[in-house]
Amino acid sequence: MGNYALGAPRLPGPQPVDKSKVTDISRAQTGPLIQSGSSRLADRAFYFAILACGLCVLALVGLIIFELVTKSSLSWHAFGWKFFFQSDWDPVNDQYGALPFVYGTIVSSILALVLAVPLAVGVAVFITEMSPRWLRVPLAFTTELLAAIPSVIYGLWAIFVLVPLLREYVEPWLARYFGWSGLFEGAPYGIGMLAAGIILAIMVVPIISSITREVMTAVPQQQREAVLALGATRWEMIRTGVLRNARAGIMGGVILGLGRALGETMAVTMVIGNRPEIARSLFAPGYTMASVIANEFSEATGDLYLSALVEVGLALFIVTILVNMAAQLLVWTVTRGTPARANG
Amino acid sequence: MANLETTADISLPQLSLYRRGTNVLVTLMAASAVILVLLPLGAVFGYLIYKGIGSINLAFLTQTPKPVGEAGGGMANAIAGSALILLIASCIGVPVGIGGGIYLAEYGRNRFGNLIRFTADVLNGVPSIIVGIVAYGLVVLTQGHFSALAGGVALAIMMVPTITRATEEMLLLVPNTVREAALGLGVSRWRTTLSITLRTATSGIITGVMLAFARAAGETAPLLFTAFGNQYWNWNTSQPTAALPLQIFTYAISPFDEWHRQAWAGALILIVLIVLAVSAVRVAASRGMLKGAN
Repeated sequence: MGNYALGAPRLPGPQPVDKSKVTDISRAQTGPLIQSGSSRLADRAFYFAILACGLCVLALVGLIIFELVTKSSLSWHAFGWKFFFQSDWDPVNDQYGALPFVYGTIVSSILALVLAVPLAVGVAVFITEMSPRWLRVPLAFTTELLAAIPSVIYGLWAIFVLVPLLREYVEPWLARYFGWSGLFEGAPYGIGMLAAGIILAIMVVPIISSITREVMTAVPQQQREAVLALGATRWEMIRTGVLRNARAGIMGGVILGLGRALGETMAVTMVIGNRPEIARSLFAPGYTMASVIANEFSEATGDLYLSALVEVGLALFIVTILVNMAAQLLVWTVTRGTPARANG
Repeated sequence: MANLETTADISLPQLSLYRRGTNVLVTLMAASAVILVLLPLGAVFGYLIYKGIGSINLAFLTQTPKPVGEAGGGMANAIAGSALILLIASCIGVPVGIGGGIYLAEYGRNRFGNLIRFTADVLNGVPSIIVGIVAYGLVVLTQGHFSALAGGVALAIMMVPTITRATEEMLLLVPNTVREAALGLGVSRWRTTLSITLRTATSGIITGVMLAFARAAGETAPLLFTAFGNQYWNWNTSQPTAALPLQIFTYAISPFDEWHRQAWAGALILIVLIVLAVSAVRVAASRGMLKGAN
């Protein structure tokens, strides 16, 4: 590993694997020494047991798809594509349109990314390239601690600390100076799209910054030295030598963060206001796909109601899967051999 | 990067003001980003301790919730319920996860292995609320009512991909010469894997399992319509069961001050348990054999 590890705090998690060490051990087994009958049988049995565990992972994804598709077919047959383009959600009259939830999910996630990406990249740059050596591991540890806080605790904190703060200070200020944009209009309740975006941003920063750190560490040290030798300042070295080489991986980290933001449930449910409306103002309450499932699933009476909720879930599942796959591929292109972890 | 400073010193006189200014500006911006990110972390922990510590007492840890309007009561049944659900989840999730990890590390250097690896990463990114729907369809509909078992299954599904990938990573850190030495002595392959390779990577695998466990312990969304919650003691795996995160959620969105107070206390307990687990694991990992394997 040598130079690779210089800038990296040693943390449990993905580590670069020296490919040269991983030789094909299946060849070692074929010698005549260990061909006694019972151990061959035991080897086979062990192999199949282990294979079954591996297949479980595949089966789980298959099961998720099967459950979601079969349980949502009723709503799919009743509404078709219209389901995603209608905005009335009316369980009393069995009319279901998911547009407000789709809108709320997209807007809150984008808001979160706009706030989180500069911060996360800044944090990663500081930790890997700028901070004094002794500060690196503690900083990496504390930012990762943000990811260990359960979502329900973020929600609790947001209700009693963040929302009053927004209502009393931030939102009136935004309305006064940026009200003309139309994004900050109406009564400042505190609860609403803005609160959801901010709490989501806090939650995705550690994901984006840990992936960014990982791909920046994977950039060879010689690259940095070469740029510095040409007379670059430290920032020029980071920009041309590190960030440019790591950009695909950073993009992957951002998309992983997006995947997390799209599917995040509890914290958002607690502060977004839970009203199926589409409003331009970020002060207005909204609703997301995950929140509507969380709030209404256990109370859904009637097959069509339940089926509509599962269809919202299916749409959310498909979107997050696509987003995660894209992110995974991007990260893999940069850190070949050290696969990334989504939410670890 | 101690040598950076000396490099900068040598070239300083030739640098334009603009380039030097940008360099300083960006450094300041990066540092302030760190502060901005650590601020909410400090605020969350600060408020948890400030609001929670006063409400934690013996009654909170030993009693069940009191009806609205009555002071006192606690979350003992929720703590016990969480333990029960996590026990079920670990019994299902840990063996399957470790088995999958062994497959990927020892037999998975091929296309099929890559498929499973990719699927595990995808499964890791599935929103937890979706896992709740699946566990609902799988267990709750079959049993006919909400249950601790359904909650356990949901959390197990969340644990499997994390443990699988962590186990694989740790097994790959075991030098191949160790495997070859065992095989060369005539030890059969399954024995080599279990008693030599897995044994060598034990501390790393425990790290992965504990991280998955800590993550599952704080999950709320998949429990909403599987474990469902309960105001009373319950040890029956086929009955609705209270869980600490669920109780915090219910209390936080309620309109009663007394319940808000208890939500903070419950959150403090939850976070203390999780942080203890994660830091214990970090310390063990930095002192353990992981270092040697690197």
